[in-house]
Amino acid sequence: MEKLRSIEQFKLFQDKCRREFEEYPLVISVCQGASCRAAGSEEVANVFEKLTTGSSDIRFIKSGCQGFCEYGPLSVVRPSNIFYQMVKPGDAAEIMRTTKDDGEVVDRLLYTHPATGEKLGREHEIEFYSKQQRIVLALNGYIDPLRIDDYLAHGGYSALAKALQVMEPGHIIEEMIEANLRGRGGAGYPAGWKWKSCKEAPGDRRHIICNADEGDPGAFMDQAVLEGNPHSVIEGMLIGAYAIGGTSGYIYIRHEYPQAIETFSAALDKARELGLLGDNILGTDFSFDIDMTFGAGSFVCGESSALMRSLDGQVGEPRDKFTHATEKGFHDEPTTLNNVETWANVPHIINKGAKWFRSIGTKDSPGTKVFSLVGKVNNTGLIEVPMGTSLREIVYDIGGGIKNDGKFKAVQTGGPSGGMLPESKLDLPVDFDALTDAGSMMGSGGMIVMDEHTCVVDVAKYFIDFLIEESCGKCLPCREGLRQMSKILHRICDGEGTLKDIDDLEALGQTVAATALCGLGKSAPNPVLSSINYFREEYIAHIVEHKCPGGVCMSLISYHIVPDLCNGCGECDEACASSAIRTVRGQKRKEGLLCEIDQALCDKCGACMQICKENAIEKRSPAVASRGAA
Amino acid sequence: MEVTGHPEMTEPASEIEREVEELIGKWAGNPSKTIMAMLAVQEKYNWLPQKALEYISIRLGVPKGQIYHIATFYKVFSLLPRGKHILQLCTGTGCHILGSALLAKTLDKRHGIPWNGTSDDGLFTLESVNCIGACSMGPVLVVDGEYHANVTHDRADAIVKRLRKRANKEENNGEA
Repeated sequence: MEKLRSIEQFKLFQDKCRREFEEYPLVISVCQGASCRAAGSEEVANVFEKLTTGSSDIRFIKSGCQGFCEYGPLSVVRPSNIFYQMVKPGDAAEIMRTTKDDGEVVDRLLYTHPATGEKLGREHEIEFYSKQQRIVLALNGYIDPLRIDDYLAHGGYSALAKALQVMEPGHIIEEMIEANLRGRGGAGYPAGWKWKSCKEAPGDRRHIICNADEGDPGAFMDQAVLEGNPHSVIEGMLIGAYAIGGTSGYIYIRHEYPQAIETFSAALDKARELGLLGDNILGTDFSFDIDMTFGAGSFVCGESSALMRSLDGQVGEPRDKFTHATEKGFHDEPTTLNNVETWANVPHIINKGAKWFRSIGTKDSPGTKVFSLVGKVNNTGLIEVPMGTSLREIVYDIGGGIKNDGKFKAVQTGGPSGGMLPESKLDLPVDFDALTDAGSMMGSGGMIVMDEHTCVVDVAKYFIDFLIEESCGKCLPCREGLRQMSKILHRICDGEGTLKDIDDLEALGQTVAATALCGLGKSAPNPVLSSINYFREEYIAHIVEHKCPGGVCMSLISYHIVPDLCNGCGECDEACASSAIRTVRGQKRKEGLLCEIDQALCDKCGACMQICKENAIEKRSPAVASRGAA
Repeated sequence: MEVTGHPEMTEPASEIEREVEELIGKWAGNPSKTIMAMLAVQEKYNWLPQKALEYISIRLGVPKGQIYHIATFYKVFSLLPRGKHILQLCTGTGCHILGSALLAKTLDKRHGIPWNGTSDDGLFTLESVNCIGACSMGPVLVVDGEYHANVTHDRADAIVKRLRKRANKEENNGEA
């Protein structure tokens, strides 16, 4: 590919890409998101690739995450938007044949509505998709992330061309301030104001950084954007650099996302080849490039000042924030750091204007937000909704309610920095301020749904233990405070807690929140404080009754075989790594002898319950020591 | 802490130094690439051999103490040799509430692969990984980079058995 040396050349090339893309009457895509890959979508894609090689009427696309992860591997035929789910390699030929020859659909691969049993063939007929509004994820599923031509064919880099051609840097910043795009990494600081103060800070060099260290465990929004539409991030950063006067760009990607690293690196190369990155971009005097650095497995490096140290090859310890990074950030020079989703929103705002952006979402939180909806919900996956959508709409309409018709217990937003919200808060709109007021936070977009079989004390313990591992250890409140909180939580989960422990947890939590150095430390007690606030009775049940209402805390539960249901097949015996299953003499069953569990040997791993086809294994809490007490 | 030698003028002197030079030579004298260099070394050897770290220290111009600070701070780095097969059990929140931690029990009790440790035969290392972003498919076990979704005790058991069988076969072939 030859470098594009002017904006006119760029526009001609973009037209060419568009024509070439439209030459194909049919496009078949197979999702290559992490969940779909785990479900075997790579093999499916290989078969399609073989079948479509050389075809002049079918374009095959290996796309980024399309969102409906629960039903992966996914494959969509466009322009008719026929949506196939749980596709196996053997299905590829049939999909090809039916769509190509007679325009029919493969019935058995369609999504079935769980309540009505109706087969839904089109993407927009499925509630999971119809209730969403996709801006950042709009092209996921439509383009091949490895082909810059596809992005260009869908209007990619038009915003950059517009910015370079008709907008002054100051004008762009005004537009960004007007749009009020708030930082999607979690804190919600308006990007426009950040850009303005960075531009106005004294200094010759200015750094533009993309935070792609998506550390929230249980969230994969940024991964989906990096893998599905990397050029939107590059374009956003370019516009930012042009507006702010950025001299160097960096992206910091966590190494746990090898596919994202590979895709993004390829995207950078392509952009350089076309002259969209490097010196004199599109023939203007604007020059900018982006360097890639990898994280090495550290949650705290998602904090901006820690990230900047890690970017410099040091350990990621945050520093105090008396001076803003926009004035003294990376290398003590003015720095603008935004996260992946924030950057990916920028081209849309430049293309369609601040007014359009403000027409979506709520007054103080305009735009959309991408969430990864996971846990005990029927339709897990990646969703994008306008700000202000209620948690109930997300969990029940898009998410399709709780798995196995279970009962909703809580939803956790904001990952380890957020809180658990109970059913009474389900009508809360997702919006930066509303979530903070409720004791949680927006966070980067992890949304974990918990049902009655989840223990909130265990989840609080999980987050605190996670944070102990990930605390950089620089400030005492976070390093020692969390450790003490963990000790208490472990004690409660082991059935050895006292009621005073709850008060101590609250006091410690409030102290850590008030005194820790960085944002991560300050928000670390949130899961504990919010769960005590909304689920105090569960803490009390653990302490007073030695009962774990969710049936999770191992010291407080025991496994038992229900004699009436056991058919004596002995599969649990094979599955048990602790040899705790024994047969009851003289109690014959259909397929063998009645089994029972020796409580002294049982490790409580639950393998027997998982394997039993008769559902003859039950959990009891408080734990029952001997088999007699039924 | 002091850096001995001169980054630009250092020549690889041993086999391991030559191997490391190939990976990190492009970053000579650039301390801000320390983590990238260590990641490259770990990817090649599966762990961080002392000789390799010493070479990075000289070649990039970073004190050894700082390198060990980094090696112990970041979760991915290992200062001990890891097993031939790396099992990474996702302990992200999504996987946690679907019971991923319980799988570790089976792997330990049944196969002698300790949590965040290596089996005695050096064949397997079991590590936790914070989140690999396949949250809809939990629990997820990554075996030598390959994702396995919705892993049950049974499936984890089968995966390890298969790898061990293959290893035994290779060993027998080697002897013959």
